[in-house]
Amino acid sequence: MSIKKNKMIRLTLSYLIIALMSFIVIYPLLWVVGSSLNPGQSLSGSSMFPENPTLAHYKYLFDLEKSNYVKWYWNSLKISTLTMILTVITVSLTAYSFSRYRFIGRKNGLLTFLILQMIPNFAALIAIFVLATRTGLIDTHLGLILVYVGGQIPMNTWLMKGYLDTIPKELDESAKMDGASHLRVFWQIVMPLAKPIIAVVALFSFIAPFGDFILARILLRTDEKFTMAVGLYEMVAKQFGNEFTKFAAGSVLIAIPIAALFLMFQKYFVSGLTAGGTKG
Amino acid sequence: MDAKKMTSNHGRNAALLSILPGFGQFYNKQFLKGAIFLILTISFFASFFDTLNWGFWGLFTLGEIPVLDHSIFLMIDGIIALIITALGLIIYAFNIYDAHNNGKKRDLGLALNSVREQYHNLLDNGFPYLMISPGFFLLVFVVIFPILFVVLLAFTNYDLYHSPPAKLVDWVGIQNFIDIFKLDLWRKTFFGVLGWTIVWTFVATTLQVALGIFLAILVNQKDLKGKALIRTIFILPWAVPSFISILIFSGMFNETFGVVNKTILDALGIGAVPWMTEENWTRLALIFIQSWLGFPFIFAMTTGVLQSIPDELYEAATVDGATILQKFTKITLPLVLFATAPIIITQYTFNFNNFNVIFLFNGGGPAIPGQNAGGSDILISWIYKLTMTSAQYGKAAAVTMILSLIVITVALWQFRRTKSFQEEDLM
Repeated sequence: MSIKKNKMIRLTLSYLIIALMSFIVIYPLLWVVGSSLNPGQSLSGSSMFPENPTLAHYKYLFDLEKSNYVKWYWNSLKISTLTMILTVITVSLTAYSFSRYRFIGRKNGLLTFLILQMIPNFAALIAIFVLATRTGLIDTHLGLILVYVGGQIPMNTWLMKGYLDTIPKELDESAKMDGASHLRVFWQIVMPLAKPIIAVVALFSFIAPFGDFILARILLRTDEKFTMAVGLYEMVAKQFGNEFTKFAAGSVLIAIPIAALFLMFQKYFVSGLTAGGTKG
Repeated sequence: MDAKKMTSNHGRNAALLSILPGFGQFYNKQFLKGAIFLILTISFFASFFDTLNWGFWGLFTLGEIPVLDHSIFLMIDGIIALIITALGLIIYAFNIYDAHNNGKKRDLGLALNSVREQYHNLLDNGFPYLMISPGFFLLVFVVIFPILFVVLLAFTNYDLYHSPPAKLVDWVGIQNFIDIFKLDLWRKTFFGVLGWTIVWTFVATTLQVALGIFLAILVNQKDLKGKALIRTIFILPWAVPSFISILIFSGMFNETFGVVNKTILDALGIGAVPWMTEENWTRLALIFIQSWLGFPFIFAMTTGVLQSIPDELYEAATVDGATILQKFTKITLPLVLFATAPIIITQYTFNFNNFNVIFLFNGGGPAIPGQNAGGSDILISWIYKLTMTSAQYGKAAAVTMILSLIVITVALWQFRRTKSFQEEDLM
């Protein structure tokens, strides 16, 4: 009897804690959805479940003449996609050579990457700012993409090298015996086997620029070149509260697709990270 | 000297001769290779002489005439000169190494590679370098270059009053570091910010890790129903882009219209709390927000680990008469902590530099009298402010160097203990 009672108490307590946590997790998300449906600009006098919900703020965001929201959306997608492609290419090349070749400078290269991955690349933000001004890359998406790709290389190289190390070397050696060239071994033997880690690197390098605020804020100057993060921040910061309902609508539109994408690929994130954590 | 003695010294002779690039190779009768080295050297000096001359002059003087000489641009040109020199030195070192190597081969009476073999060797040994070069060049220009620039900047007086082109910037040695530790305003700010950065890192990270592990274990109980749904809900804060969540929270905690004061605390019968204007309340809110943002990650990792622990382990423990608490502290916790340790440590370094949450929530505010950083500023957001709002570039660079030193020390200490670092083929 007492075992059963114990179990009852344990389970009830567990459900209570879970219910409380779920409330804390969901409340802010519901609140922002509710805010986005509120008529009026500011939140004073608004409620989470408005009596007369409106889609006016969503319409406003898609009005190209009044709002740059669609442009920010497009900028973010463009920058993230290009960063992802360039990162995957450069990282595959570097990780492959670090994993498969023994050459002079390899050890120092790996150590440099290790140290560089620890310093966030925005630590040098003064330098990035001044450099971009000097080279005319300020307020261009190209400059931002280059900075993102460069910043992604060290960490992702280590991540991918750790995975490539686990692909048996006998495979490429026997291919070389059969006369396959360096490039062919890389492209036709090793890369197809490395697909899972390529997917992880691609996801990481897509999400990181999407969520970045500081670099985009420093490099981008004009409203129509902003990314989502900078644009939404400006919307809130300009006159706090006065455009909050519009901001809320904008957040909902960006959070839903990203969250959906994320939940779909969540498994890979976890496996990629734990693999990287234990292997390299 | 007689001929026999000569033969045993080819290595040294070739190396000495190749102080003039190419001549060591000529000595080894590898004429084509020697010619390539010689031509490379000549063209290096021919094409870069002006760049190097100008660059080093600029680097040493930082310009002599205001308006005409732009100190910061001169410094950039100087760093380019430094990088070109470094690349040149690498080729130069390779030239000596190659001559010495081939000379050694002759000493040992081995045949040298023919031109054809050299070509194939170059292809084989050069391939990894070729593959690395795109990433490497990008890294040099967008990561290493800025780091060098910050290091140099930390030793200048670049600020609002020494701002090119109107004024020149000068080298000031370690004056910036001395100022930070000696001048009252700076010392107070620096230690205030550093203190809060450390407290923030430890409290926020530990809380999010503990919460994540606790909830993962709670949800993983066998007889609990609805696991899939609960897990999806708990992952949500990780799935929503964090800059959006933080901005949402800054709206919720707003003192005039925020829902926290207006609805939640009101319902609990508590009066309005000055979240945005009182230093300690802002800090409390930040720690709460970071726990909200950070726990799902640890939750997901721990869940993965828990699912891989075999049931037999627990059954055996039950047979031996272990209590639930014993099973938890002796089996579950050690296994979880062991598997997630590297991730947990990266969480600490991440929060140490967690600019987004600090800046987006309250801009590092509220302002504090008697110091030039806000009440919730951590080092990285203080650096941002020094750069973007008060134009204290030299000081900002000095603080950046201190911050990087801390991060690198901690991270190196951690990585020396991980497997990848002890890996045998790191050479």
